Amino acid sequence: MASLIVFLVVLAVVAGILAFLLRVPAVAAWFARLRGLDRRWIFVAVWVLVMIPLLFPLKLPIAPTARAVEYYEEIEKLKPGDIVLLSADYDPASGPELGPMLRSSLTQLCRHKVKIVGDCLWPGGPPLLEQGFNQVARDQFHYQYGVDYVNLGFKEGREAVILAMGNSIPGTFASDFRGTPVTQLPLMNKVTNLSSVKLLVNISAGYPGTKEWVQQASRRFNLKIISGCTAVSAPEYYAYLQSNQLLGLLGGMAGAAEYEKMTGITGSATKGMDAQSSVHLLIMLCILMGNLAHWAARRQGER
Amino acid sequence: MHIANPLSFDGLGVWIAALLTLFIFSFLYKDNPFYKLAEHLFVGISAGYYVAQEWWAVIYPQCVKPVMNGSRPIMIIPGILGLLLFSRFVPKAGWLSRWSLAIIIGAYAGIKTTGFAQGDLVEQFHASLLPLWVPGHIGVSIDNILFIAGIISTLVFFFFSTEHKGAIKNAAQLGVWFLMISFGAAYGFTVMARVSLLIGRFQFLLDPWLGVARF
Amino acid sequence: MQRQVPLLLTAAIGLVMLLYFFVPNPIISGPGHFFEDAVIIVVAFAIVLGAANLLQFNGEIIVRRGKDWPYKAVLLLSMFAMIGIGLVEGEHYLDPETKFSWMYNTFYASMQATMFALLAFYIASAAFRAFRIRNVEAALLAIAALFVMIGRVPIGLAISKNWPNGVQLPQISDWIMENPQNSAKRAILMGAALGVMSTGLRIIMGIEGSFSRGEGR
Repeated sequence: MASLIVFLVVLAVVAGILAFLLRVPAVAAWFARLRGLDRRWIFVAVWVLVMIPLLFPLKLPIAPTARAVEYYEEIEKLKPGDIVLLSADYDPASGPELGPMLRSSLTQLCRHKVKIVGDCLWPGGPPLLEQGFNQVARDQFHYQYGVDYVNLGFKEGREAVILAMGNSIPGTFASDFRGTPVTQLPLMNKVTNLSSVKLLVNISAGYPGTKEWVQQASRRFNLKIISGCTAVSAPEYYAYLQSNQLLGLLGGMAGAAEYEKMTGITGSATKGMDAQSSVHLLIMLCILMGNLAHWAARRQGER
Repeated sequence: MHIANPLSFDGLGVWIAALLTLFIFSFLYKDNPFYKLAEHLFVGISAGYYVAQEWWAVIYPQCVKPVMNGSRPIMIIPGILGLLLFSRFVPKAGWLSRWSLAIIIGAYAGIKTTGFAQGDLVEQFHASLLPLWVPGHIGVSIDNILFIAGIISTLVFFFFSTEHKGAIKNAAQLGVWFLMISFGAAYGFTVMARVSLLIGRFQFLLDPWLGVARF
Repeated sequence: MQRQVPLLLTAAIGLVMLLYFFVPNPIISGPGHFFEDAVIIVVAFAIVLGAANLLQFNGEIIVRRGKDWPYKAVLLLSMFAMIGIGLVEGEHYLDPETKFSWMYNTFYASMQATMFALLAFYIASAAFRAFRIRNVEAALLAIAALFVMIGRVPIGLAISKNWPNGVQLPQISDWIMENPQNSAKRAILMGAALGVMSTGLRIIMGIEGSFSRGEGR
């Protein structure tokens, strides 16, 4: 409680000082001149505030949110041998947010000896999914390709692919990522359609992604879905969480860092959170300074 | 510090990727030939990548192969419809591409209508039927009342069949406030997303390229 | 023929896909499955059509030595290089050790990620130059944005971890996301769903048929 009071007092004092200073003509003029600041100075500030925390980490505390805990718990409920569909619906543009989620999800799935069927609805996704499989499933947990995991690769068609998978997964993906017919992969003999799948782990960058899986598959095929998504799309998915169409959510790099903490991994998301914090503070400062400059200029105009 | 070795195949890839990254960042100073080069290279590589992907992931295994080996000859129909799309390059035959568009538009109209109806409308409406009073949980009750008020007032704001005046106007105004909070939260998350992507690029420059930190 | 047949096709296919949801009978689901598979293939061709359009558009500029034509040449050369390598390497084109994968990691992945990373700089600049709090609505937007921005990152937890339970910055951020934010978003979702459904039905009934009127360029 004491720290909250101190914070509020500091905030009030700073606001008071700023209000007072804005009445001083010289200070107001300085703020008004700020409006003409070359934006490249802001670019430099962003550059520095990302670089420094990456080189000299502060190791600020990370605490998982309830929705991230739900994501983790859903995977914890799985039993060895259960089949999970891992749909990596993203491409390199979202790699810093979603790559850590993919690797951590694979780690937790492999710890539970779960069978994993991977697919992609984004053309840029298959190599990223393959890298994740190779780094985690194959190299760390010695999963055997075709027996313990399969990478079906990419299929064009967005919602049509989801519906087709609801009818038949081997029919939709006749061959895997490498062109091997799925009939030659032992794991795929146990997979008929989406009803063979215990859980969908969807790593989603947008369209097509979590929204489409929820719309087309959650009730129609009774598919349990958890989602790791970009921060941009996360706000929309809260509606699906509240309606239980989604059972867990990781939102953006912060969500990835929370999940890494739960799985005991210190990955790129955790290491990026100090820089994330510093740039957020900078942007908040930009909003404040921009408005002060605007108010100062307006006051000067009134005079 | 282990800088990537440009003499190895993988190291050369890291060096080229790092230089292209810097070329694109150079746009922050001003538009320049390095940025333009990277920009055009990116468009070309992306287009080429997509064509190869569509061929090997869809057209060949789903259409060409089943038709050639006789396992599913009917797939020649979508193959022909796909080829008809290219009739757009021939002015007099361009109308043929409408047949291909018909299958795309018709199929997605059906798929999306049912998807949105079940996934968004019915389920979301059903989940909004919350108790306004939960005995012993005053906080939950307040949250539920606020939640329902937010949904109704926002829907009222988007309801343009009645003129917004009197009680409707007040409800719509409340809806605007909820929308503003929603947009603010979305803005916060958008900031988070963009910053994360930048962090990812810096992690690339510092780790596999310059080797000054491990991520 | 040129206009009526596509409209009829659209209506028939749309109706089958609609009925296929409600009627689990092979008479309907059989054609439904076929159209699912067929549309996947036609959409794939549409992506290739996009690349062909890129070739036509940039090819014309190169031929008449238009503005920035050397860059357009780079664009087309890189496109052909990627397609060529992909086709030559066969079905294993995406194996980690292939040249296609090397091109993917070196060019495609790095440049795509950087293009999107650029936005971080512009969002910071826009926060300074354009985010003006002029009325109650803008103030609500700013307050929500500030709480979410500080509450979703570790610095928010570090600042407020000793504050009373319920008013810590991450908790306030979560409350905004779960309640006022969520209710407005849900209303948008429901409204958008009604919009998509009515558009879908208009297409199926042939009222919305602008695609069947002309090709243009």
